[in-house]
Amino acid sequence: MMRALTWHGTKDVRVDTVSDPEIINPRDAIIKITSTAICGSDLHLYDGVIPGVVPGDVLGHEFMGEVVETGSASDLKKGQRVVVPFTISCGGCFHCKQQQYSACDNSNPVEKQDMSATLYGQPMAALFGYSHLTGGYSGGQAEYARVPFSDVGPIVIPDHLEDDQVLFLSDILPTGWMAAENADIQPDDTVAVWGCGPVGLFAIQSAIVMGASKVIAIDHYPNRLALAKELGAEIIDFRETDVREALMEMSGGIGVDAVIDAVGMESHGFAIDNMFDVVKQKVGMGADRASALKQAILAVRFGGKVSIPSVYGGMTDKWPLGAMMEKGLQIRGGQTHVQKYTKLLLEKIEDGTLDTTFLISHRLPLEQAAEGYRNFKEQQNEWTKVILKPEMEN
Amino acid sequence: MSQNLKIGAGLGGVVLTAGAIAFGALLSNRHHNRGYDDAANHTKRQPEGDNAQVGRSVTIRKPRAELFAFWSDFSNLPQFMENVEAIEAGADGASTWRIKAPAGQTVEVKTEIASKKQDELIAWRSVEDSEIKTSGEVRFEEAPGERGTRVSLIMDYDPPAGTLGRVVAKLFLREPQVQARHDLKRFKMLMETGEIATSARTRDETRAAKQENG
Repeated sequence: MMRALTWHGTKDVRVDTVSDPEIINPRDAIIKITSTAICGSDLHLYDGVIPGVVPGDVLGHEFMGEVVETGSASDLKKGQRVVVPFTISCGGCFHCKQQQYSACDNSNPVEKQDMSATLYGQPMAALFGYSHLTGGYSGGQAEYARVPFSDVGPIVIPDHLEDDQVLFLSDILPTGWMAAENADIQPDDTVAVWGCGPVGLFAIQSAIVMGASKVIAIDHYPNRLALAKELGAEIIDFRETDVREALMEMSGGIGVDAVIDAVGMESHGFAIDNMFDVVKQKVGMGADRASALKQAILAVRFGGKVSIPSVYGGMTDKWPLGAMMEKGLQIRGGQTHVQKYTKLLLEKIEDGTLDTTFLISHRLPLEQAAEGYRNFKEQQNEWTKVILKPEMEN
Repeated sequence: MSQNLKIGAGLGGVVLTAGAIAFGALLSNRHHNRGYDDAANHTKRQPEGDNAQVGRSVTIRKPRAELFAFWSDFSNLPQFMENVEAIEAGADGASTWRIKAPAGQTVEVKTEIASKKQDELIAWRSVEDSEIKTSGEVRFEEAPGERGTRVSLIMDYDPPAGTLGRVVAKLFLREPQVQARHDLKRFKMLMETGEIATSARTRDETRAAKQENG
């Protein structure tokens, strides 16, 4: 038996004793977890707005640890340290072969594919520790995890790198990097990023590394804006400033070349809070989130680029369709193809190009995970990123 | 259907029979579309023919010959056909399918090969005296570029109790269209990854184990 953070209902997560994971399929590996983070998208589960979560589900999709057991077709070795991508991908299907790993055909069990296929036309791939729409796999906020397709996902970490330096290869670093990549950044570009949560901050850092001329960060938490400023961004507090006016001025009257929507609790994953409730959508958070994206579409210049790492699950009304068409925008989004980026980003961590530790605000033992959720939700200015350590003294 | 299995009249019989047809299987030379558009018959709002027909295509990133060879050995099929417990091969392409039915029962259907074309087509149908009239065919076509092989499964059956039979089948999650789709996706998983995805954390929590343990 092991300890794990389990979901029991809205704002009710607990560290429980549950059964240990086992090798089931040949390509599986079992990982003993040394570090695991709480993600902004975990807060959607915490808020009870994601369908398909079942009491007792083990949460967590940002984790790393030591290989302790391998299936007959795994190429990992016991004792290796690995970071595990949050997307579960087979590596052999049509989508994986063109590095669209987060669209893997084969990771979501067939009986779990029907609902998302109905919603989106084709089924979603699987993610760790999320909804049963994405497979219902036990997550990594636990002492151990079963990792399918362990020959494709996990990346082996050299001993000289600390957990804190590489843990975010599991999700938010590649998510921020892909957000910048989707903005197709050119050397002279001015890029505006809505939201200075972990994904927004990594998108800012990535845009700078990719050579953007200027990056502008938009948020209302002073501490998070300060982190953006330290990275080299100019900042706008939207409570004090008219964002669209300011962006026009800061881009010399042209409009910003690229915009990245990394707003709110939902920096990736899918917000289906309103999928089954149109009324709630119109008055609730779904509408708020979409309003940032609408602002971004109006702020970007004609022929500009729109990147959406903050995926939306349902629908929205009053979409600025005319602006989208008339301005000739390129719009890209999607769940992160983590496996496509891990090797490249590990190199950039090793050579010092990227730092991932600056946004970590708290390190807690796994036993205090519920407290971590509560504070990450309620103290967003100070609690920028929480890492849970199963082996840390309580 | 096996002669030693006593099937009662009325609902019990319907239930059992509905379960039996679900593994699918049927034949059809009506697989080709009719009418003026190019869509397959089973996607029509009003399909042609008297029998119920279900169908599905997947694209599998493996060579045609490899997929054809795997499917040619019917004893492989229970690896991905969830409701088929076992298939025993007899002489001359005859096979006996042992199919899971609701309430822990099983039924048997005997089939023969209706036609077979190397690397392209395998078609089967129930033998003359079978109580369940069913047929099936699987086609293998080259997909564009490096996409592999397009595999189409079409199954046809004579609904034993008409609409009621399908309704009852649905109640027991043995709805043929769903089953065909799921089975074909499991086939794709097995061929592309060497295993069938499960999100279970322990071996006791897998679907197979749960069915085994009731």
